[in-house]
Amino acid sequence: MKALAARRRHPAAIAVLILLGLLVTGGAYSFLAPKQAQATSVTADSVATGKKLFLANCASCHGLNAQGTASGPSLVGVGAASVDFQVGTGRMPLAGPAVQAPQNKVKFDEEQISALAAYVATLGPGPAVPDGEYTTPIVPGDEKAAGQSLTNSERIARGGEIFRVNCAMCHNFAGAGGALTRGKYAPALTGVTPTHIYEAMVTGPQSMPVFNDTNITPAGKQEVISYLDAIDNQTNVGGMTLGNLGPVSEGLFAWIFLLGLMIASAVWLGKKAA
Amino acid sequence: MSDIDTTRPESGSELAHHQEQSLDRFENPGLPPHIHRAADDDPAAGKRAEKQVATLFGLSMLATLVFMVAYFAIPDESTFYLPGVGLSKTQNVVLGLSMGFALFFIGIGAVHWAKTLMSDEEIVEERHPQRSDDRSRAAAVATVLDGGANAQLGRRPLILYSLTGALGLFALPFVLQIAGSLGPVNAPEELKENIWDLKNNDGKPIRLMRDPEMTPIKLSDVTNGSVFHVMPETLQKNIDENHGVLEAKAKAAVILIRLEPDLIKVQKQKDWGVDGVVAYSKICTHVGCAVGLYEQTTHHLLCPCHQSTFDLPDDCNVIFGPAKRPLPQLKITVDDAGYLVAPQGFMEPVGPSFWERSR
Repeated sequence: MKALAARRRHPAAIAVLILLGLLVTGGAYSFLAPKQAQATSVTADSVATGKKLFLANCASCHGLNAQGTASGPSLVGVGAASVDFQVGTGRMPLAGPAVQAPQNKVKFDEEQISALAAYVATLGPGPAVPDGEYTTPIVPGDEKAAGQSLTNSERIARGGEIFRVNCAMCHNFAGAGGALTRGKYAPALTGVTPTHIYEAMVTGPQSMPVFNDTNITPAGKQEVISYLDAIDNQTNVGGMTLGNLGPVSEGLFAWIFLLGLMIASAVWLGKKAA
Repeated sequence: MSDIDTTRPESGSELAHHQEQSLDRFENPGLPPHIHRAADDDPAAGKRAEKQVATLFGLSMLATLVFMVAYFAIPDESTFYLPGVGLSKTQNVVLGLSMGFALFFIGIGAVHWAKTLMSDEEIVEERHPQRSDDRSRAAAVATVLDGGANAQLGRRPLILYSLTGALGLFALPFVLQIAGSLGPVNAPEELKENIWDLKNNDGKPIRLMRDPEMTPIKLSDVTNGSVFHVMPETLQKNIDENHGVLEAKAKAAVILIRLEPDLIKVQKQKDWGVDGVVAYSKICTHVGCAVGLYEQTTHHLLCPCHQSTFDLPDDCNVIFGPAKRPLPQLKITVDDAGYLVAPQGFMEPVGPSFWERSR
């Protein structure tokens, strides 16, 4: 303790303290951050429960019959997939009025979400929650799945190609997300469950366009999901990615940390020894 | 020159003498008293500093040894989880860190050595007049004149003039490169060409194909709010021949979107589309990036490079950013088989402006 007290006025003490603080908060966040809930498929007789939940939680904005009001759009024909995505990722119920619904804590459990989805699905035909067939990432390898002309690894590469043509302009080549106009943004795709990615493609939430099955086939969607899964899990040979955001984050890092390091070195060099 | 006093008083008596002579001048405060470092006075502190420097150099040696061992010992494919970075290649991380530390410890060892042990006594060095003495100056001039005379420049003016001409002319290529690149390009037609032109398909309408799958698109496939990234059927020829694919794609990229027909404000835009489905060049009219960011709710097309924003229902007019012209529209219709086709090419060159562009 005495040694600590003697060193607390050391010029490096502030820098060390800040670094320690950042490490502790960052570490604590990564442990405590909410994990994504996995949505399950819909059961048929939960419509009544879903309607009750809807009236209690959603009707104030979307209207008593989900017909839409000035504060919320109509939910007729949006389908179960839309509900599973919006509620399952915590975007609904809306955290607060903003240009874009931010991701909030997930308010309902899987059973309640599928009940809500079942109710909304009865309002009009819309995309259903996908089953596991096309939402399971392809395992890389040289073998071919039934009915496929490409090997599994080649299909993941084709998923990358589809992703770069259709998604990368907004979501960034590595799925790191990016800015749109007037405060809207395309969210990062890291850590999003395959089902939610699939649902986002078929429903087109918020600013995102719809990628229906005639645009990107279900197999193509599975390839995109597999590509995102592959880049999520790939070995990083280039060191720290700094969010894969390119020159902005790299430049910021260089200006703040490397320049700071150089200034600290210059100060040390110019100081007379004791 | 002579009235500026260049001598500086060093000792007390000289200072007093100086003050008597010129009281209107600032006195030279001289150097502050020199403070000795711990290692200058205390042999134990000196010994300690020596050991510290040696330790730093020793650590550098250790890091170098780690590098050499790791180079052979760590298998190429081994990985580990590095907090803050993710799954990383063990060899890359260990080799980089050990080499970095090896250099780092040499550096801080040398600085520590210089700061604690090397002499830090202040030294004053007087500035000398820069002008050479007259004899040296005369000798230098004589050498130059002598050289000129030896080269016979005065006697043979033809050489002097031709050399001046050659050197002067040699400056022109540098000027030409800059001035020349401002002028007309060699093949402006290449910039106007586009594989959407029907001449690339024997005059027949060209089908719109999905990129990258290269499959044709039916009108009914394009639902409200969806976006198709489109390439012409004629690109298949480039793909098959494996020739000029990217060059063709760079000008042929098209985005296909369905709007509510009532939203469309311009009659030409409506006429060139089918039931609210419209096709526009994806190449930004500013500097040619791919304008791919379509916001379904606002119907704005955003260019990711410089944030030029095009208003889709208003014939892709620019509403924000540095682009000066709207995106060119591609006329589309439906063929007998129900697929979307372009019955004519682009009516203007796509992409950024160039000198020979008519407007």
